[in-house]
Amino acid sequence: MYPENFHYTKEHEWVRVDGDTATMGITDHAQKELGDIVYVDLPKTGTAVEQGKTIGSVESVKAVSDIYSPVSGEVVEINEALAAAPEKLNEDPHGEAWLVKIRLGSPEEITSLLSAAEYLSYIGE
Amino acid sequence: MSERAGEPLRQTPLNAIHRGLGAKMVDFGGWDMPVQYSGIMDEHNTVRKAAGIFDVSHMGEIEIRGPEAFALLDYLTPNAVSKLKDGQAQYSALLYEHGGFVDDILVHKVAGQHYFLCVNASNQDKDYAHIREHNTFQAEVEFASEKYALLAVQGPHAPATVQKLTDTDLAPVKYYHFVDGTVSGVPARIARTGYTGELGFELYVAGGDAARVWNAVLEAGAEFGIKPAGLGARNTLRLEAAMALYGHEITASITPFEAGLGRIVKFEKGPFLGRKALLEQHERGVRRVLTGFEMTGRGIGRDGYEIMIGGAPAGWVTSGGPSPTLGKNIGMCYVPAAHAEPGRTIQVMIRNQPVEAVTRPMPFYKRAN
Repeated sequence: MYPENFHYTKEHEWVRVDGDTATMGITDHAQKELGDIVYVDLPKTGTAVEQGKTIGSVESVKAVSDIYSPVSGEVVEINEALAAAPEKLNEDPHGEAWLVKIRLGSPEEITSLLSAAEYLSYIGE
Repeated sequence: MSERAGEPLRQTPLNAIHRGLGAKMVDFGGWDMPVQYSGIMDEHNTVRKAAGIFDVSHMGEIEIRGPEAFALLDYLTPNAVSKLKDGQAQYSALLYEHGGFVDDILVHKVAGQHYFLCVNASNQDKDYAHIREHNTFQAEVEFASEKYALLAVQGPHAPATVQKLTDTDLAPVKYYHFVDGTVSGVPARIARTGYTGELGFELYVAGGDAARVWNAVLEAGAEFGIKPAGLGARNTLRLEAAMALYGHEITASITPFEAGLGRIVKFEKGPFLGRKALLEQHERGVRRVLTGFEMTGRGIGRDGYEIMIGGAPAGWVTSGGPSPTLGKNIGMCYVPAAHAEPGRTIQVMIRNQPVEAVTRPMPFYKRAN
């Protein structure tokens, strides 16, 4: 369920690094906790983001949950499909429902993130 | 919630059943309650199309008896208790002298000298104290919450489901009426009331019988696709039906006229607590009033968000969220009376950004028959 080649945060985001770009999303644990996701608010392409700072939000029927950037850098692409189909975040949070791609500003930040095993232990699974 | 901080969460008699069903449990005003089982959307749609069962045993019950029961209740509530026949229920309120809400309540007339109140969970201690404080009539007032569990069976197939479990013919039981009978062989007060905008019954049973009735309803309703539903769906259902929730649409600083509940205020009945303040407000006209809205911009206006009109602060959202039935983001809000008519453009402040919405009539959803 939690790919070994992803990195994770305690705020329940995942990151996959391909060269100088990181793709990020929310974890399966996060989508389960949120329940039916009905709205996603993402930053614009070109936005400079900082590790640990809010970059958007995900809303379920009941609650609003902030999304924190797991790395610093610049948003180079956002998943436009989620605006019309936010429920994809419940269906495929680690795949089709990625949120944004960030060109890494400080690639060394990746080492501060959790491994799959560490994340699983953190969420108690 | 704060008044019980540090105390263990209170449980209904069905706590273990909810956990066994895999419900997500939350602290709801000091109660450990199921917010969802299969998911809020699924439960919501199941109640609209088939039927759902809700454990709302956290709700409070207060019984008022004796020769002075009517006089006490008629003084403490703005609605006309005299209009109630045996076996009839009435939506009403407990009000402060200044006209604000202590709580909104259901008054059931069991018999001439016996009334049964259903009150909000988080207000029950306050309500009981309020009633006792004004009981110069010396009616017998009993805090009866511990005696009752409350199961709400709601949805188009709810009547058929409950009918399978009782010998009492439920067809003649009209909306806001009730009968005392048995369900699954145990004593039950079967009330045709609800908080979803659907057909259905609310079953008051002894705490010790709750599990039996819960299981019997799920079994009887299986052929219709009944599912357990949690407080999450209860909230989206009541929002679509535009039913008030204490602490949101109605509070100690809101009056029935502001909340669009003028129908529960009967000045002609004579004296009642809050009458003078309400009469003054009624003659003067309300400054702010509850209205429905629908988001036209991208975003969800949620409870507590500020309303802006023409760039100036003008009110606040009392309840807001996605409407599963309509596929729109809806809500209720207080705005100045002059802006409350349907079709007005307003803005909801969402994360410091004004997002457009339009006022619209309530309810948002009305069942077909």
